[in-house]
Amino acid sequence: MEIVASISAGLLVAIGIWMLLDRSLLRVVLGVVVLGNGVNMAVLVGGRFDGSVAAFADTPGVPELAVNPLPQALVLTAIVIGFALFVFALAVLKRTWEVHGNIETDRITAVAEEPAPDLPAESRNEDLPRKDGAHPVPSFSPQAEHGMEGSR
Amino acid sequence: MKALLVAPLLIPLCTLVLCLLARRSPQAVGFFSLLGSLALTAAGIALVALAASGDILAGQAGGWAAPYGITLVIDRLSAAMVAITGIVGLATVLVSLARDGDPARGRDFHPLLHGLLVGVCGAFITGDVFNLYVWFEVLLVGSFALIVLGGGRRRLSGTVVYVVLNLVATMMFLLAAGLLYGASGSLNMAELARLFASDTVPATANAAVGLMLVAFSIKAALFPVFGWLPASYHVAWTPVSALFAGLLTKVGVYALIRLVTLLWPDSGIAHEVLLWVACATMLIGVLGAAAQTEVRRILSFHIVSQVGYMILGLALATPLALAGAVFYLIHHIVVKANLFFIGGIATRLTGSERLAAMGGLYASAPWLAVLFAIPALSLAGIPPLSGFWAKFVLVKASLDASAWIAASVALLTGIFTLLSMSKIWNEAFLKPHPGGPGAIRPATGLRPALWAVSALAAMTVAIGLLAGPVMDYANAAAAQLSAPQGYIDAVFGTPR
Repeated sequence: MEIVASISAGLLVAIGIWMLLDRSLLRVVLGVVVLGNGVNMAVLVGGRFDGSVAAFADTPGVPELAVNPLPQALVLTAIVIGFALFVFALAVLKRTWEVHGNIETDRITAVAEEPAPDLPAESRNEDLPRKDGAHPVPSFSPQAEHGMEGSR
Repeated sequence: MKALLVAPLLIPLCTLVLCLLARRSPQAVGFFSLLGSLALTAAGIALVALAASGDILAGQAGGWAAPYGITLVIDRLSAAMVAITGIVGLATVLVSLARDGDPARGRDFHPLLHGLLVGVCGAFITGDVFNLYVWFEVLLVGSFALIVLGGGRRRLSGTVVYVVLNLVATMMFLLAAGLLYGASGSLNMAELARLFASDTVPATANAAVGLMLVAFSIKAALFPVFGWLPASYHVAWTPVSALFAGLLTKVGVYALIRLVTLLWPDSGIAHEVLLWVACATMLIGVLGAAAQTEVRRILSFHIVSQVGYMILGLALATPLALAGAVFYLIHHIVVKANLFFIGGIATRLTGSERLAAMGGLYASAPWLAVLFAIPALSLAGIPPLSGFWAKFVLVKASLDASAWIAASVALLTGIFTLLSMSKIWNEAFLKPHPGGPGAIRPATGLRPALWAVSALAAMTVAIGLLAGPVMDYANAAAAQLSAPQGYIDAVFGTPR
């Protein structure tokens, strides 16, 4: 059982890293999830989860085939946190698709390297949102034909 | 005593809740946010006063005895970090209240900021490796939301880089924590220190710690894994950038210092590697900055370069070098956050953060020029400002340890830093504004930001002039770090 779990943990991590290297942000986000699951599994195996009896605190002494409950508690925490982060990453993915019109990591990250846009002229209404249209090269718009081709 | 131990967690947490409850009224949110960061600063200063006596404050959450419960520990280093977190938090709140056209400004900023501070303070006071992971995640969630706050193409682009690389680093940390537990049977830092000192752990535990150090190196933006930092920090709203610049990489540095001093107190192969990594980080960071033409991107590369100095102190591992690292941490957080704030004000006034489109500030806003000169010269290490003493101690420690190359790199980096700072000075301050003198915008509504910036500049000068007491504190903190037995005794010896 431990062997199977260890090998699948390793496989999941490998697949996760391979997906992280993809050009499509969708794959990258999913890769983070796969990697996270691989890591969770590794933590579980690393903490010696093999056993068949629950190690309840009220039994006198520790049963022979007791499972170590601590890694389970750790992984439970990690799963919850990982889920929240995955949801956030999905939200970023969705917004990126809406704003950038593509989900190709190279093209998206290149935007942060462009020269900083100048501030708009001071307006009286300070809460007026800043228009990002100040940028000189509007190379692609959200509704343009750049479909989900990045996810191929 | 015990109440103070959890104060760094409870204060920002309560502030977060109050900010959410008061969501309807922006004034109330700002008020609570200001109050909360003031309280955190006060608690931090009280902790420093308490820790200065030499006692290590330790407590167990939930009342479970030491290796089983979640341990909270505050020694001199932790106390100083909490205090400085409060100060930077306070300054960030003040700057965020200044007038600004950025869409990120508003009521959503404050609860997120305090959420991030909970994570940062938690990471500074925890004595448990898995708990450290949880605090890292807390601060990460806060920072994710903060960096993208306001939205827009550019900000999302930087966020993608930041989110993905930090998630990978955090998972690496979790994996290392799990493997460390499997190999050693404990995650309590004091227990681990005891096990490592008695040589009862298998070699695989050392490998797990190594993996953990790599994860922290990504967080601390060390060479060669610093690429995410200059690719993302400059896109966020100015107060957010400044907060990140001041605090976040330093959480990684703190974790490195804590784990290495506890688990591998004797100089070894890890120290050797860290020494070269430190040299490369200093040099590559500062050279990267030389190629940049925007204020915040120059400063971002300087974060990388400066982190190298702290790691240099850790790698040398002598008490003097560790004291230098602690001094550098304190000095750097104040100076770096301040430079980002001032960069933001300069951008507000000139309408751009591209150096080519800036200028004329020396003529139109000489007060800002003075405020910029103080942290900029301090960063470069000009006496009598704080950076001089920090660099002086580290260079002296390297010379004492016969680390000639490290000492030369540290000095060389100082010169390059000065070059970068004079580039900003020449372009943004001395040069006339390309749009003519009329292009400088009026400095209206900046008062809270100016208070914060002046206070931080005054702190820089004060740390420089009162270097003696600060150095004494750093020396005492380093003495605690280089004698892990005191830490172990404090964790296990608490009466329960």
